[in-house]
Amino acid sequence: MTDLSPSTLYLLTAIALIVIGFAGALIRRNLLKIVLGFALIDTGLHLLIAALGSNPDRTAPILNQPSLLGNPDLVVDPVPQALVLTAIVIGVGITALLLSYVIRLYAVRKSLDIREFGRLKW
Amino acid sequence: MKQIFSILMVLIMGWLLVSLVPLGQPTEPGSVAQHYIQHGVEENRGANLVTSVIVNYRGLDTLGEVTVLFLSVAGAGFVLRRRDTGLRHRCRPSSEIVQTGARLLFAPTLVFGAYIFVHGHLSPGGGFQGGAVVASAVLMLLLADRRIRLPHLFMNWMESMVGFAYVLTGLAGLIVAGSFLSNQGLLPLGTWNTLFSAGVIPVIYILVGLKVGTELASLLDNMIDTGRLYASSEGDQP
Repeated sequence: MTDLSPSTLYLLTAIALIVIGFAGALIRRNLLKIVLGFALIDTGLHLLIAALGSNPDRTAPILNQPSLLGNPDLVVDPVPQALVLTAIVIGVGITALLLSYVIRLYAVRKSLDIREFGRLKW
Repeated sequence: MKQIFSILMVLIMGWLLVSLVPLGQPTEPGSVAQHYIQHGVEENRGANLVTSVIVNYRGLDTLGEVTVLFLSVAGAGFVLRRRDTGLRHRCRPSSEIVQTGARLLFAPTLVFGAYIFVHGHLSPGGGFQGGAVVASAVLMLLLADRRIRLPHLFMNWMESMVGFAYVLTGLAGLIVAGSFLSNQGLLPLGTWNTLFSAGVIPVIYILVGLKVGTELASLLDNMIDTGRLYASSEGDQP
């Protein structure tokens, strides 16, 4: 890769975050680290969507200057940003729900090791 | 064996992502986004197009999203249901400086959160961000002084009433303008880029901010309560 534009860098960082989170969720045995893996996937996805809509030549879709009003070529797509804004809040809710399950599971077995919870496995 | 399979999965995932994502070329706004950019201000008078999309164009989705957040918080609250073991926690209280500092900063942080969600249609910000700031103010207070309890009845009422008001605003739009959560004809649209503009958008975003703030705050309170319970039943210092 010869020219690394900012949006390419964002996209690569996002992919790296998703892959690290996925690896963490699959390989780690500690429940808290698995939840952390899911949170990383979440963050990576947010960065990915935001980076897909980003453009270094344009500014944020907030038209608070008169010069921005008549020029649709000056601002980036507002849709990915709106999507990410909602996704962040949902992500917080999901992480909170996962963490409360972990608290409950810890109360049952006094352990955070995923191998302790194989009762329902085939 | 399992580890090898996991690593293989991770590699496939990474390869899929790299091959799917268009690296290198910046994307242009699509046709829907073009409409938002060109006509968003004249249709809603809100300077922040992201807010216009979230609260007006996709307002129904935002209502659904607030519901999802409510459901996840309710689920967490259900899972973390308090069982009073009768044991009192014996952790050391935090120092005077931390307690006083948290009390001092609580009100300014609340006001800052309110500022963020009141100005959601003018600047980067809005109900979700402002609500998160409000919840972090409550978290700071709860962490600094463990004797503080939230007024649960008030929080529950606030949360329900605000959600109800959101739906009522939507229904008012349905009656006045013929479509749910419509922004036309309900309130004067005002002048672009002033505080009292954009019709019902700031009203809805204030409601969303209050709802997100109370929801996240009661979630944090639930979690801290449960942690306190375990700490006291095991007798160790958290």
